[in-house]
Amino acid sequence: MADHAAHVPGLAHHFVSMEQQKEAGTIGMWLFLLTEVMFFGGLFLAYTIYRAKYPDGFLQGSHLLSVPLGGLNTVVLIVSSLTMAMAVYYSQLGERKKLLGFLTLTLILGTVFLVVKYFEYAEKFHHNLFPAYWTYNPAADHPPTQYHGHVQVFLWIYFMMTGLHALHMIIGIALLLVIMFLAHRGKFTKEYNSPVEIFGLYWHFVDIVWIFLFPLLYLTGYHVGGGH
Amino acid sequence: MAEHTSEHHIVPLKYYFGVFALLMVFTALTVWVAQFDLPGLWNIIVALTVACIKATAVVLIFMHVKWSSKLTQVIIIAGLFWLAILLIMTMADYLVRGGWGVLGVQPN
Amino acid sequence: MANEMGHSEEPQKNYLNASHTVKSWLLTLDHKRIGLLYLFSISIFFAIGGIYASLIRLELITPQGDLMSAETYNRVFTMHGVMMIFFFLIPSIPATLGNFLLPLMLGAKDVAFPRLNLLSWYVFMVGAILMLITIMSGGVDTGWTFYPPYSSIYSNTQVTLAGVSIFITGFSSILTGLNFMVTIHTMRAPGLTWFRLPLFVWAHYATSLIQVLGTPVIAITVLALGFERTLQIGIFDPKLGGDPVLFQHMFWFYSHPAVYIMIIPSMGVISELIANMTRKKVFGYHFVAFSSLAIAVFGFLVWGHHMFTSSQSMYAGMVFSLITYAVAIPSAIKTFNWTATIFKGSVSYDTPMIYALAFIGLFTIGGMTGLFLAALGLDIHLHDTYFVVAHFHYVMVGGAIIGYLGGLHFWWPKITGRMYPEIWGRISAAIIFLGFNLTFFPQFIVGYLGMPRRYHAYVPEYQVWHVLSSAGASLLAIGFIMPVAYLAWSLKYGEKAGDNPWMAAGLEWETSSPPPTENFTYQPVIDHDAYEFEHVKEIKEAAAKEAALQTA
Repeated sequence: MADHAAHVPGLAHHFVSMEQQKEAGTIGMWLFLLTEVMFFGGLFLAYTIYRAKYPDGFLQGSHLLSVPLGGLNTVVLIVSSLTMAMAVYYSQLGERKKLLGFLTLTLILGTVFLVVKYFEYAEKFHHNLFPAYWTYNPAADHPPTQYHGHVQVFLWIYFMMTGLHALHMIIGIALLLVIMFLAHRGKFTKEYNSPVEIFGLYWHFVDIVWIFLFPLLYLTGYHVGGGH
Repeated sequence: MAEHTSEHHIVPLKYYFGVFALLMVFTALTVWVAQFDLPGLWNIIVALTVACIKATAVVLIFMHVKWSSKLTQVIIIAGLFWLAILLIMTMADYLVRGGWGVLGVQPN
Repeated sequence: MANEMGHSEEPQKNYLNASHTVKSWLLTLDHKRIGLLYLFSISIFFAIGGIYASLIRLELITPQGDLMSAETYNRVFTMHGVMMIFFFLIPSIPATLGNFLLPLMLGAKDVAFPRLNLLSWYVFMVGAILMLITIMSGGVDTGWTFYPPYSSIYSNTQVTLAGVSIFITGFSSILTGLNFMVTIHTMRAPGLTWFRLPLFVWAHYATSLIQVLGTPVIAITVLALGFERTLQIGIFDPKLGGDPVLFQHMFWFYSHPAVYIMIIPSMGVISELIANMTRKKVFGYHFVAFSSLAIAVFGFLVWGHHMFTSSQSMYAGMVFSLITYAVAIPSAIKTFNWTATIFKGSVSYDTPMIYALAFIGLFTIGGMTGLFLAALGLDIHLHDTYFVVAHFHYVMVGGAIIGYLGGLHFWWPKITGRMYPEIWGRISAAIIFLGFNLTFFPQFIVGYLGMPRRYHAYVPEYQVWHVLSSAGASLLAIGFIMPVAYLAWSLKYGEKAGDNPWMAAGLEWETSSPPPTENFTYQPVIDHDAYEFEHVKEIKEAAAKEAALQTA
């Protein structure tokens, strides 16, 4: 039964067919995304509870965030989802150059997201809006965050949720580099391209998390002071 | 006995561009609505509805769920269901405790 | 297989002798070897947890807190709980027996993701090493439940390190569950439809559901606690606007389903033991299969029953109490079905069956006392008393560990190719049963009388119960050590086992003992339900021999 003569490239030995392997990989990734939903879910729970309790703190806290930057990041991620979907499309057609091109675009966009995030965080640290003594800036106009009352609750939720999201972006970029390396080596063909698609699922998921984070964190306080 | 999957289907590019356009339009919409202080809970309702529409579009088209096996669809529904359990049952405790927000029982 | 011709034996190639280097074990992708790696590690962690248990029972012999200070005692019971729950019970059956048997029972060559499987063991070991470092740094004194504000603000022990350890260990659980679910969905042999699967597989599917859906929540909870402790953020701190009860909600959202991670696999084992040791199809197969799923789903809806006295709203308490009663129903269905299976079966009282029978009795007691605790009013009196301690030990030890030991004995010949000495199996099962009941039954009484849990000193009126309990604990310890000894002995001196020494039904018995690395030398195809003993080769042969003797 163990017929080693017919070796299908990319098929692991414990699977009986490429179809079984692809299905296993896809379901495996979806189950993993399920765990991510529950993982972020705990923070969404905290958000819901504390927003219900401190509506004003959340309004004011949210107003401290920059909607243009958040909006820019939202657009960046949406475009990156498009480029990722197109990368999958070209992997299914076996077009290596276009696959690599769109993967590269996705990589650039993901990096842009993180750079914007870095500037946002740096600005918050500068204004002592991050609750840690080791980022305390004595020259800032705000005292350390503990004295901001319930705005502090919003801020730690903001940092935890966007921080966790950014960590997932970093991991995504690392995985993307691996996929790009394999694509460059010509590992993906019309017959074997499921890793690209399965990675795409992860990338889209991280985009979806941001689709929820943006309105909940940034837009909540946008109308304070007439939408500036 | 592997479950049947329809993953040989290649999604035409126009679906992707269509979803992209939808996502951009809805993003602009949600930002535009957010500048108004709507009465009661309408701000959050609109924001979450728009977010759900965008997420659904990404899931169905970008993530190919429209053409995926039943099992994939069940996994997604299960995830949403479990998240709902976490949120709803915990909120159920807070909302009836009193002093916890506009929806719940108010302390006397 | 033993060679009847008397030739010098050339051992058949199997997964154990396929390669001998340390590297071949530490870098193995074979699910059977990974199961053994887990078996080895969790046995060590069980021993550590057991040492802590011995210290607890030693202290509690006398009413005064004379063996150790209260602070030390806090660390001892905390580490006992942490080691036993996270590093023994949660992995136990799934990571050892589940890993070993699932692909065999499915007729597959391995699990869906063998490398993730190996990774899950390494992740588990990293988490365990971090917890060992925590122990060597003095342990944690918050109770295994880590409630803030004590854990986040006031405790001077290594809470953050312990939190990191649990965070990491959780990934091991998630990876195992994910692997099992994908394997069961996509790698069943031709003809093996869902309702032809052994109930052990159904149980592991249900368990994997919980692992995948619940563990991430404890991960984020522990992460948040760590941030709270290091950054004083205010998530759970009332002074800064937080709510300590939120921690309890998030913690128990996982930790209640976690107890079902611990018991459902054991129930799966019991189904296999009872069917095969009474040579009868499990009564109500579909009901037993669905009740595993029902327990998994309902188990997510009851976590508030740990929080009746926490200032949780009374209305939420009523909902949780009602659903807790409901979650007992599928467990009861299983218990009735097992009993009905035994009725008019051909019962053989070998060691696995003794464990299975013990399970039914002990789990029933444990489960029913859970109903006492589910009653809101009664729980006000019983919460945080030894009644609770007795309840969960009846289900965790009397249920989960008994099932684990039964399964270990039942599948020992398949895993090692050797039989354990039956007489010692029965003796230690009896000692464990007696020791266990002597240890924990008095705890129901002393708890009902008012003895609080996590206290090292108590009023003299309770002493008689504690002395009985500690005496039982010594007996139980002996009972647990005995299998270690004779199972190890059997590896070298045990009688060589054939493919199917129990004449049991199941794909795992249709390959050699121990199995070859690729599990089967042919592609299994299934055309019958589970537990159809007419299809078992050894039974057919025995029946044919019997018929031949009759006609001769």
